[in-house]
Amino acid sequence: MTALVYVPIDAGALSLGAGEVALAIAAEAARRRAAVKVVRNGSRGAYWLEPLVEVLTPRGRLAYGPVTAADVAGLFDADFLNGGSHALSLGPTEEIAWLKGQQRLTFERVGIIEPTSVADYVKHGGYQGLTRALSMEPAAIVQAITTSGLRGRGGAAFPTGIKWKTVLDQPAGQQKYVTCNADEGDSGTFSDRMLMEGDPLTLIEGMTIAGIAVGATQGYIYLRAEYPHALRALRTAIAAAHQARYLGSDVAGSGKGFDLEVRLGAGAYICGEETSMLESLEGRRGEVRVRPPLPAIKGLFGQPTIVNNVVTLASVPWILQHGADAYANFGMGKSRGTLPIQLAGNIRRGGLVERAFGLTLRELLYDYGGGSATSKPIRAVQVGGPLGAYIPASQFDTAVDYEALAGIGAMLGHGGIVVFDDSVDMARMARYAMEFCAIESCGKCTPCRIGSTRGVEVIDRILEGIDGERNVRLLEELCETMVQGSLCGLGGMAPFPVQSALKHFREDFRGPVK
Amino acid sequence: MEKLPPAESAVVQRIASDLKERPGPLLEVLHAIQAALGYVPAGAVPIVAEVLNLSRAEVHGVVSFYHYFRHSRPGAHTVSVCQAESCQSMGAEALTAHARRRLGIDLHQTSADGRFSLEPVYCLGNCACSPAVMIDGRLYGRVTPERFDALVAERAPSP
Ligand SMILES: Cc1cc2nc3c(=O)[nH]c(=O)nc-3n(C[C@H](O)[C@H](O)[C@H](O)COP(=O)(O)O)c2cc1C
Ligand code: SF4
Ligand code: FES
Repeated sequence: MTALVYVPIDAGALSLGAGEVALAIAAEAARRRAAVKVVRNGSRGAYWLEPLVEVLTPRGRLAYGPVTAADVAGLFDADFLNGGSHALSLGPTEEIAWLKGQQRLTFERVGIIEPTSVADYVKHGGYQGLTRALSMEPAAIVQAITTSGLRGRGGAAFPTGIKWKTVLDQPAGQQKYVTCNADEGDSGTFSDRMLMEGDPLTLIEGMTIAGIAVGATQGYIYLRAEYPHALRALRTAIAAAHQARYLGSDVAGSGKGFDLEVRLGAGAYICGEETSMLESLEGRRGEVRVRPPLPAIKGLFGQPTIVNNVVTLASVPWILQHGADAYANFGMGKSRGTLPIQLAGNIRRGGLVERAFGLTLRELLYDYGGGSATSKPIRAVQVGGPLGAYIPASQFDTAVDYEALAGIGAMLGHGGIVVFDDSVDMARMARYAMEFCAIESCGKCTPCRIGSTRGVEVIDRILEGIDGERNVRLLEELCETMVQGSLCGLGGMAPFPVQSALKHFREDFRGPVK
Repeated sequence: MEKLPPAESAVVQRIASDLKERPGPLLEVLHAIQAALGYVPAGAVPIVAEVLNLSRAEVHGVVSFYHYFRHSRPGAHTVSVCQAESCQSMGAEALTAHARRRLGIDLHQTSADGRFSLEPVYCLGNCACSPAVMIDGRLYGRVTPERFDALVAERAPSP
């Protein structure tokens, strides 16, 4: 009998040697004349255990990790193909505590299926959401999304159903578009990448449902150029969906058409801002557009356009398949459903944790994360990317919830948490926030373009010990000007990490001791 | 402005002609040029402008807006070291300093022998395995100075 062995093809797993492990397993199997089929799955998201190798046995999938190519011969010696025990044995994958406690809805198939196989996708519940949607009136699909309480996972947390309704309400008979924001520029985030590499058909299905719902026949995925692995997975999956007639002029025999194309970004963080993304999709400089009009009314090429994040769109099939109420049953307050949270930076057990909204930062950092990787105290975390506030340890009991984080002057954003131990210099992190804004500013407004450069200079003077008090006041005023006077969130929020560092870690803003 | 050698000029001409009917084609054209030539030479701008019926200023404006497009020929291997927060929390600054010493060049530079270009990058989506490095599209995580040296040695010309 042929043994089934799973070795992830996820970029993060590859970055730790999964490719070499897959080759070593195939070579060792050939040498021993063992019948082995190596399946390249996505990552389960437990990066601290990658490369995580699984074997299908009568007891289910058994895990071994982290495996290096040098461990492979030993695994064969231990008869891992039949679940033999080995120093790297982790037992049944589903029973690994870190994974078992999660509530995987959007990521239910990631790490489990063969990413670009339509057959495997359908076998694991794929395309049931679309089938459901095709039996509904467009307005009912949009209503289901509204009822589910789904809010945009790209950062702004705007209710997805309301956005879709605006596009649906634009007169029919004109070209409408569904665009997916796969620019994922925030440091500390990788959920979009994991989903696109590990279960791209879920995104494709979500976009197809969106198209059917609002009457759009063409979709674009705007993918950052830093994600070549995701590009390959998406292109292969789109071709496979075409082949199986889930895309094209007659989606699943419904008579309705929907087509999909991937377009590459070019290394500009600002192109994650939705109007800048649309400019870029049109082949122009990614300069932010003044609103109104909203993209839902005049978006891509001036037509009504949905702009949604990868995770937002990938949550849609589950909602249609299981019902809006089932989704809304998860979560707290106005944050309904689940969030794929990303634990990153200086953390012992980093990776993707999908849970209903409401668990605390402390649970994430210590129960899941196991504390810092360097075994030093965690001093600060930055939540929500480079525009998010730094949060001190005294606020780790805050819940992962849009409103709770806003309540302490922070934001959840795309759900990334970057951990810093007590060696961090918060004035330097504040300087970096300003520097990043200066590098990535689209240049359209002065407070952002000039203010960020001034911010770097002022912090440099503080660090040199020149006129400390006065320059700290100057920095505070500068932040205020940027917040008030910027057209978009880059200039408008880049001061947040700076202000939070000043507020919670003032002691770091002192010059050299003289 | 440098004039393109005829072979490269033909490549640019063909790419632009092939893609010009696509909606909003300019970024796709520039990507294809960089994939074919390794960079977007200044001499490509007038050709692209003419085929796509845009002004040179417009094309130049787009090329210069995006960090990803290179203006000069890159080394045989492009090494991108992540500079963003998550990687900083795991020593990206020290790793970058090490990379500069090891390759003998600064960020945005190419070594004199043409082997390596060193570039900053702001997040590679590998933040659970920081610090991260990408070399010619291959991703590496938890990169120590020792591992960095090994990755570079694999790509150095054999002595
Ligand atoms: C500077 C800036 C960068 C952004 N980057 C991203 C990004 O990389 N991905 C994303 O989905 N949204 C990003 N956003 C948010 C988008 O503007 C927009 O709100 C989102 O794509 C809408 O989709 P959603 O409602 O599904 O979240 C960014 C916003 C700003 C101001
Ligand atoms: S705030 Fe900055 S990035 Fe945003 S529109 Fe103004 S200049 Fe451009
Ligand atoms: S911050 Fe370096 S990979 Fe994300």
